[in-house]
Amino acid sequence: MASTTTISYFWRGARDSAPFILVAGPFGLLFGVLGAEAGLNLLEVMAFSVTIFAGAAQFTALQLMQEQAPTIIVLVSALAVNLRVAMYSASLTPFLGAAPLWQRALAAYFTVDQAYALSIIQYETVPTMTVPQRMAYFFGTNSLIAPLWYAMTFVGAIAGSQIPDSWALDFALPIAFVAMVGPMLRTPAHVVAAVVGCATALAAAGLPYNLGLIFAGLAGMIAGAQAELVLARRAGGVS
Amino acid sequence: MTGASGTMSLWIIIVGMAIGSFALRFLFIGLVGSKAMPDWILRHLRYTAVAIIPALVTPLIVWPGSGAEQLDPSRISAAAVTLVAGVLSKNVLLAVLCGAATLYGMLYLLG
Repeated sequence: MASTTTISYFWRGARDSAPFILVAGPFGLLFGVLGAEAGLNLLEVMAFSVTIFAGAAQFTALQLMQEQAPTIIVLVSALAVNLRVAMYSASLTPFLGAAPLWQRALAAYFTVDQAYALSIIQYETVPTMTVPQRMAYFFGTNSLIAPLWYAMTFVGAIAGSQIPDSWALDFALPIAFVAMVGPMLRTPAHVVAAVVGCATALAAAGLPYNLGLIFAGLAGMIAGAQAELVLARRAGGVS
Repeated sequence: MTGASGTMSLWIIIVGMAIGSFALRFLFIGLVGSKAMPDWILRHLRYTAVAIIPALVTPLIVWPGSGAEQLDPSRISAAAVTLVAGVLSKNVLLAVLCGAATLYGMLYLLG
């Protein structure tokens, strides 16, 4: 009985993730294409998508490698872009923390935007779910997206080297990054973080080793956090 | 990214990112358990991606290619349309399509 509902939660997760096919598919394809254009071979492109499994971080690394940034800067920047998954991990812990370690380790690998967003809504809507049911739903949300991400990266990597220059693909990556920013600007504090990040990046563009990006990231984070405090204080009517 | 040193640093990046990405995801669910995190850490984590992605992309839009080229109207307008479409629709894919349409339209019009 219990296993029946567990399985049905897996399929519900898969169904709920269906709209994200339209996001993961094209982005996987784009990563494959741009990776191949940047001169990576098929194994290298696939290693990125399979072992790292984090779109924005992969695109960041690809861009900085093309700018010949030092290895440590590539690593720090790409992981900083991915810091939000640490937040997802913290936020999922009260719901999934009681599962066996191997399941939590597997869930950790699959913690990406859509899996987190769908699962947290599901867990909060149905508080009576058991831990196995929650895990089943979580893995369900990745059952279509993860294979699709790998497969589309593969297709892109194969096709990428044959795309002519006239397609102006040099600008595909900036467009993809800008598109990701729009939905992130959820509050005034997020806007402050983004604006301070941009301004610092332009002002510090002359620094060696792409250090300007690190400074800009830190400045934006601090500005966003401070803005949040100030706005909360004003909304609370204190002082 | 050719030659032995390029391949070497590429694999350092891949392995480092694989380990680092997993560690970030495993940190709380695997190790911390259900202990609460300090507010100030969460408050800064919230703004990392929204600070660093615009910081990464702005120089690419203002100075496409390398060096002090003049501003490229096609690329500037494509970026502006993408941003506005993303803010209004909250839809990444739709924003990309609007940006690409603008880029190709402008490149065609300006020859």
